[in-house]
Amino acid sequence: MSTDKPKVPAVEGWFESNGPNPHLIGGQCEKCGTISFPREKSFCKNPSCDSTSFRAVPLSQRGTIWSYTNACYKPPAPYVASDPYVPFGIAAVELEKEGMVVMGQLAHGVRVEDVRVGMEVELVVETLFATEEKELLVWKWKPVAS
Amino acid sequence: MARDEVVILGVGMHPWGKWGQNFVEYGVAAARAALADAGVAWTDIQFVSGACTMRCGYPGYVAGATFAQALGWNGARIASSYAACASGSMALEAARAQIRSGRCDVALVVGADTTPKGFLAPQAGERPNDPDWLRFRLLGATNPTYFALYARRRMDLYGTTERDIAEVRVKNAQHGFTNPYARYRQELTVDAVLASNMVADPLRLLEICATSDGGAAVVVASADYARKKGVTSGVKIAAVSTVTPSYPSDQIEMPDFATDSWAVVPRPGHAFRDSVARAAYEEAGLGPEDMSLAEVYDLSSAMELDWYEQLGLAEAGEGERLLHDGVTRLGGRCPVNTSGGLACFGEAVPAQALAQVCEVTWQLRGTAGPRQVKNAKTGITANQGLFGHGSSVILTR
Repeated sequence: MSTDKPKVPAVEGWFESNGPNPHLIGGQCEKCGTISFPREKSFCKNPSCDSTSFRAVPLSQRGTIWSYTNACYKPPAPYVASDPYVPFGIAAVELEKEGMVVMGQLAHGVRVEDVRVGMEVELVVETLFATEEKELLVWKWKPVAS
Repeated sequence: MARDEVVILGVGMHPWGKWGQNFVEYGVAAARAALADAGVAWTDIQFVSGACTMRCGYPGYVAGATFAQALGWNGARIASSYAACASGSMALEAARAQIRSGRCDVALVVGADTTPKGFLAPQAGERPNDPDWLRFRLLGATNPTYFALYARRRMDLYGTTERDIAEVRVKNAQHGFTNPYARYRQELTVDAVLASNMVADPLRLLEICATSDGGAAVVVASADYARKKGVTSGVKIAAVSTVTPSYPSDQIEMPDFATDSWAVVPRPGHAFRDSVARAAYEEAGLGPEDMSLAEVYDLSSAMELDWYEQLGLAEAGEGERLLHDGVTRLGGRCPVNTSGGLACFGEAVPAQALAQVCEVTWQLRGTAGPRQVKNAKTGITANQGLFGHGSSVILTR
């Protein structure tokens, strides 16, 4: 459902949607190197580290599916659902380098039947919902074309 | 009884349902039932520990005061605890700590809730810094989304089938259909469960815990106080675990978008939910082999299989075998969810962990009626609240 409306991220500073390599933006502790998503800006999550400085780092664009499901029923607000409602998939994806699992919707049209635990996926940016004035974008996970 | 022992003198519940009344009514009904069960007058209660609800306005945030006022101010000290689904255990622990420190002899713990229909949704308003708001906004991730992620991973890793999950639900219906406090009292077949609507693949409507109205209360006392009341044997609290995760936790949890990272600090030896019961066993000096029964948080029927393993009743991936061998069924070695569990109750958040304590108390007293576990000596509850609240209580007699 692409339109001519301006496209803006549905959340500020969580992912890079411009350019050929969309990716999530994590935070990395300047002191211990621990990575966080969403990007930690105040306190290091590592209990042995008292750092308060973090740099933004791009997270891996590819990962493997840790698990997956779908939303057969329309989620409640503040989710903005399509009308008529079309079920969508959700995946939790393990990023090997970062050592973490990150959730995201499955890309448009990807059904639960199409994925398995351990399958390789890559990050894409798609429209989450549109208002009168703009399209709101979000990151999603899409199986890597084999 | 040892000096610092805390005794359960009385328990009481208001039936679970969708009654549409103010939550205070359920809490007061449960409190009066627990007080009557204990033979303690309300005016003798020295400490009131309320488990909070976030859906019923200000009175819900100050639950201890709300219930104390509704019962008639008696000058007791109070506390109000919020730990999401684990609020009841946290409130129980607050009361236990008061008794063990010698600040009071007898306390009342109460939790109650009135819930809206459908998915639990975040609080209203634009709150882009609240992860609980954002997960709905950006992902459309409801609570069943997370339950389904655990269930599907279990299926892909261990070969759990949709039928296995449905069989858990059928077992809990068989346990709970005679429980007068349960909301859903109907025996079910595997086919009926598998015919219910898919909500979050692989979980179906009948396999996902509903939200309910309900109230539960517990009267706890010091061993001295109990002895003065003439209670020399009875149900004792052997452990209360309210542990949080250890960093880095590799399990995706409501309402988070991501796990911790284990790239810099290695993962701890035990996953969070394994550590919940482990801490309780350690305090009680007991192990899974000592448990006569368990009440676990079956937010989904598949999660009950996870709990078998997290409680140490089975090795990872062996939960289905336990179920099929009848170990966790009434008559088995360690029946699980004799009350019918969340499957038969639906969740009344601040009351649920206390309802688990009520059930184990009745079982240990031998007064659980048709769902009685023969010669029950020790029981464990397990539960987890949003935002890192582990909860497990071990009771003995």
